[in-house]
Amino acid sequence: MSATETWGIGAPLKRKEDDPLLRGRGTYVDNLDLPGTVVMVVVRSPYAHARIMSIDLAAAKAAEGVVAVFTGADLRDDWKAAMPCAWPVTEDMKNPEHFPLAASEANYQGDGVAVVIADTRAHAVDAAELVDVDYEVLDAAVDVAIAAQDGGALVHEELGTNVSYVWPLETGTFDAAADVIVKHTYYQPPLIPNAIEPRGVVARPEPGGDVTLWSSTQVPHLLRLLAAATLGMSETKLRVIAPDVGGGFGSKLDVYAEELLAIAIARRLGSPVKWIEERSENAVSTIHGRDFVTTLELAATKDGKITSLRANVIASMGAYLQLVTPGIPLLGAWIYAGPYAIPNYSVTFTGVFTNTTPTDAYRGAGRPEATYVLERTMDLLAKELGMDRLELRRRNFITEFPATIASGLTIDSGDYHASLDRLLEHLGLEQLEAEQRARRDSGDVKQIGIGFSTYNEMCGLAPSRILGAIRYAAGGWESATIRCLPTGTFQVVTGTSPHGQGHETAWSQIVAEQLGCDPSEVEVLHGDTSISPYGLDTYGSRSLPVGGAALWSAGEKIIEKARQIVAHQLEVSADDLEYAAGTFTVKGSPDKEMTVKGAAWSAFAAHNLPDGMEPNLEATATYDPPNFSWPGGAHAAVVEVDTGTGDARLIRYVAIDDVGTVVNPLIVDGQVHGGITQGIATALYEEAIYDEDGNLANGTMAMYLMPSAAELPSYQLDRTESKATDHPFGAKGVGETGTIAAAPAVINAVIDALAHLGVTDIQMPATPERVWRAIEEAKQ
Amino acid sequence: MIPAAFDYEVAESVEHALALLAADPDARVLAGGHSLVPALKLRIARPSKLVDIGRLSDLAYVRDAGSQLAIGALTRHAAVHDDPLLQEHCPIVSTTAGQVGDPQVRHRGTIGGSLAHGDPASDLPTVMLALDAAFVIVGSGGERTVGAGDFFTGVFRTAVGPGELLIEIRVPKLGDATGWSYLKYHRRAQDWATVGVAALVQHENGTAASASVALTNMGGTPLRASAVEAAIAAGSSVAEAAAHAADGTEPSSDTAASAEFRAHLARVLTERALTEALA
Repeated sequence: MSATETWGIGAPLKRKEDDPLLRGRGTYVDNLDLPGTVVMVVVRSPYAHARIMSIDLAAAKAAEGVVAVFTGADLRDDWKAAMPCAWPVTEDMKNPEHFPLAASEANYQGDGVAVVIADTRAHAVDAAELVDVDYEVLDAAVDVAIAAQDGGALVHEELGTNVSYVWPLETGTFDAAADVIVKHTYYQPPLIPNAIEPRGVVARPEPGGDVTLWSSTQVPHLLRLLAAATLGMSETKLRVIAPDVGGGFGSKLDVYAEELLAIAIARRLGSPVKWIEERSENAVSTIHGRDFVTTLELAATKDGKITSLRANVIASMGAYLQLVTPGIPLLGAWIYAGPYAIPNYSVTFTGVFTNTTPTDAYRGAGRPEATYVLERTMDLLAKELGMDRLELRRRNFITEFPATIASGLTIDSGDYHASLDRLLEHLGLEQLEAEQRARRDSGDVKQIGIGFSTYNEMCGLAPSRILGAIRYAAGGWESATIRCLPTGTFQVVTGTSPHGQGHETAWSQIVAEQLGCDPSEVEVLHGDTSISPYGLDTYGSRSLPVGGAALWSAGEKIIEKARQIVAHQLEVSADDLEYAAGTFTVKGSPDKEMTVKGAAWSAFAAHNLPDGMEPNLEATATYDPPNFSWPGGAHAAVVEVDTGTGDARLIRYVAIDDVGTVVNPLIVDGQVHGGITQGIATALYEEAIYDEDGNLANGTMAMYLMPSAAELPSYQLDRTESKATDHPFGAKGVGETGTIAAAPAVINAVIDALAHLGVTDIQMPATPERVWRAIEEAKQ
Repeated sequence: MIPAAFDYEVAESVEHALALLAADPDARVLAGGHSLVPALKLRIARPSKLVDIGRLSDLAYVRDAGSQLAIGALTRHAAVHDDPLLQEHCPIVSTTAGQVGDPQVRHRGTIGGSLAHGDPASDLPTVMLALDAAFVIVGSGGERTVGAGDFFTGVFRTAVGPGELLIEIRVPKLGDATGWSYLKYHRRAQDWATVGVAALVQHENGTAASASVALTNMGGTPLRASAVEAAIAAGSSVAEAAAHAADGTEPSSDTAASAEFRAHLARVLTERALTEALA
């Protein structure tokens, strides 16, 4: 085994990040204790839709420890622009103006209407209770399918409709005369992302009107750009730091009201302002995911060749458009056909306002929604055709790459048969089916079901030209700097912003592999707009596919400059040098060698460099990906369903993922494990339940059913590998694969367990009551 | 999650606790805190004072009391679960205590706190009702004993009045002829019961001569499933009797289950609990 195999690309290195985090020595926003800090608490609307008639602040202002109290009207002039939405998906998209505090109308339960600033959090919470708001309660639009229709309650009356946009993508005509057509409607409820660290902000005013903002965010660069614009500040006046961030899952890919409020109020008061989100506050004040109603149709020949696909997607925006709210459904738009070659393609998205917490990116963002309806419908189609569900999938798999798909994009690489083959090697399907038959024959109260999901996805956001073509405001490139220090160590600065992904470890392994050092000799800096080259942060499984490629490009620049230095010092032609793992050797004279580290010292000392060469060995690269990243794979879920109680419990889960080159298998397993768990949670447990008035009925961790280890089996993970052809070392994204693949596998398994009873449909999450009702309805 | 302001005093003895409670009608007793503290943090509960009885270690015990076992109110769930006397003579109590919440809850939460809280979704009240346990309550007027049938008076309400303290629970020793089961349906390991059923069955020649059955979360208090008990006494089969489990109940509908589904679960779990108790 060569040295790099134990610590370079592919090595199962333990994460550098973990030691301080596990010892409680991380620095999260709430760990910051700046002198003179005042604490902000947001007063939130208890109603989903209400007119603010008046607000009496007298009692709150008089309360102990209170420094200031502000309403939306008080702060209106602090905003030079409305809160940003960076993705106007159509020219005529309706985007109501949205400011950090509602001044005249609250549009969801949790919409901020005032802020209290006090010397301590306890005083601020006490005083917040004394803010007396007189509301006139209005009818609420809650259910997205109803809100999409005319005649009901309007979220924003001035718009005259709840529809924000209609966005079609049609590249073929649906074959209505096909041998077989299946059509089904699926509900995907709103979900609460629940990062382990709720959001938090500290804004510190600096001399000269500058502000330093610490935020538990995924996007320090985008936040600086857009917060500065909203506040009318020069971007140079705002420094944003993302310290240790405890997860995001997309929910911290945003510019939030509290970030803007903290900056504005810090400037007004001249004191650092801290806001820390409470857990149950997080359930309403941080974005939700999903909330889709989708009708999918597949048309096929008798022998199972799918000829066309049509999807009609109604997606809730919630009450307002947040940073990328309207674009989230569209991230699935190109992959409704998944890993299958389907020539005619037609999808339509309708974005709809409801009086609920705004939606935005949640792990998978548009792609779990697409994959779920497709993989469920594949099972329905197999049943309709009387064909084995895996055979149907195999007959339609894309097999030749690069593959230009009907939606217009090109998949660079993949091998869907290989993933499915590997899955079946692990699964023991015959034995499971024998067990299933035995339980059915004996009428066992506990039945088992096996469900599959073969998937692909597009991530690694994203080629800037494509983003421009679909009206996203920014690009999708990423940057990295490598600084070779005189001591033979390496300082890396990345524009990505990790919040649990392990970039410090993975980036160190990439540099170790490329420049020939130990990963411990690499320092990785991130998450601070004043130290990094401009970056575009972390979301959409982009960090390794885009940021990792930028890092590799910077490494190539280092090697090229080092080659010139080495050639000069060894007095040979640069063309005569061979390079491997950090060391240059002279062709034919293997005893003559010099390392990158040696070149770094030479570049630092600058005593003997080629004429005209700049001293210092440092390089920055910016990488704009030519294509998306296209992971894929095959997952299987085995569930046991108690037909008496309706309890559906996962007993096995096997996942085969193809994410191209793996930099660190421990980190990849962790990503897949967490992703699968969130997909299972979607299938069986989680749902933000609103009553008809728009009250969130389960907004605490006691009632919102995030599953724990006790509810889940250990997963069996394996991988196949088809390298990304556009990526310098063949890596694909992995952050969202599990979430994308898991939910349909689990629901297909639950339905499979009950198929002999006549059950054909159960909506997510498959609660015991839904399972029981499905069994009862099948009896009718 | 910051409670409204309150005063706090540590009780040094039962008498001291009673004096502190008598002095402040808005004071609440703090034992393990696993029901009260979350309510404080959500500001659902806003007592003027907490009287912490957590250091009254002489209230933590399980003793043999002849035909009964006496359990001190401050005995933690984990200790109840591990107690050899209960395991030998009344295992439905020790086993159920091991199913309350999660390990953290069981190491802080107390049996007296759980019972005096009067939460209809809690497990132990149901078991006590099925056992016809006795509750020893002290107040300024002295000590009184209340039967389980009179102890649970409403949602979060019990016979423990203002200024009073639950100090002991007495449960019967079960003989060899008594089969038992406590079954609950809950989504996640740490969740409250959507529905639970406690069943005690007197075996007679392999069938049930009589049964005592109580239900969790099928109403504002734990409930006796009298129609099931009557059916068993009249010689019905377990399945026939269990079909009456929800008779006369008015369970609530919430995000965990509708009333209709709760009634279904009560029937399913009652049949299973009776079957297990007979096995």
